[in-house]
Amino acid sequence: MTEKRIKIVEKIFDANDRLANDNQLRLDRTGTYAINLMASPGAGKTSFILSTINALLNEKVQIGVIEGDTAPVTIDADKINAAGMPAVQINTGGECHLDAVMIENALDQLPLESLDLVVVENVGNLICPAAFNLGTHCNILIASIPEGDDKPYKYPNIYRGLDVLIINKIDLLPYLDFDMDYFRRGVEMLNPGLETFALSCKTGEGLDGWLHWLKSKLK
Amino acid sequence: MQSGVKLQFLSNKYYNDIMHELSVTESVLKIACKHAEKAQADRVTDIHLVIGQLSSIIDESVQFYWDIISKDTLCEHAKLHFERVPAELICLDCDHQYSLAKTLMPCPQCSSSRIRVLAGDEFHLESIEIQSKDD
Repeated sequence: MTEKRIKIVEKIFDANDRLANDNQLRLDRTGTYAINLMASPGAGKTSFILSTINALLNEKVQIGVIEGDTAPVTIDADKINAAGMPAVQINTGGECHLDAVMIENALDQLPLESLDLVVVENVGNLICPAAFNLGTHCNILIASIPEGDDKPYKYPNIYRGLDVLIINKIDLLPYLDFDMDYFRRGVEMLNPGLETFALSCKTGEGLDGWLHWLKSKLK
Repeated sequence: MQSGVKLQFLSNKYYNDIMHELSVTESVLKIACKHAEKAQADRVTDIHLVIGQLSSIIDESVQFYWDIISKDTLCEHAKLHFERVPAELICLDCDHQYSLAKTLMPCPQCSSSRIRVLAGDEFHLESIEIQSKDD
């Protein structure tokens, strides 16, 4: 019997990362820009998507949505369909995040050729989604005022991989003890110069800045 | 209640218990088996993982899934070893290097918030130890 040690050094997420690359290639072929939208439950992911869809209706921007949920409910996908855009529901069967394989399957079900934008609504969670590349072009986190100002300190990983930060529900600032300076200092340490839009999906305040940024990314 | 909404998952404990360590552990198993087969191993005895402090992976949880999913594979009964790499930061303003304490903090030397992570993000399968029958 021979015993030996084999040096491997292979990244655990390697297989997922490769699939993510394939996904991105596919999106690039059809000129479709894709966003990975992350947030804790209740931060306003679906409201944010609906606000964006409604604001871009007159611009003829075609948006597809991939809805990730841990449970077999279609509440979010139903809302998107009601707004007139195609939505694919992924039931993760309890898994806490979406991965590149799930996105590959979901892309099969969307009319990519006619879409300018795909928004992936990740599972509501601040930990796991940060570890899995999906192949999207842009990672966005929605942090909402009621969650509190300490989240960058408690969930540093998700902030580090972001391209854009949305601070939602700013209409609630007068009613809650949210220290914006403390929050932004934490974000700055994790992701210096991060593109940030503070807004309220409820009142529409601040949405223009986000929409302007988004339109600059669409071909 | 909205029509079409199913609520049976509320009574299903399963939904609350799965964390991403399951997919992570499956990935570890796949990589280990692939290399063990290539080396014509009869069994894998040890698996060495390197995990950075900033990777949100729980050792106990990986071990828990490992014992279940490695059954009837080349890796059954293989021992998992976790090497933890501490997080190291560097200040972009004064070049001071320091280790991450429990919470996120600015540069202890110049108080700058412009910092970068040097180490602590690692998450890979470093090596495996195998046994094979002599020819």
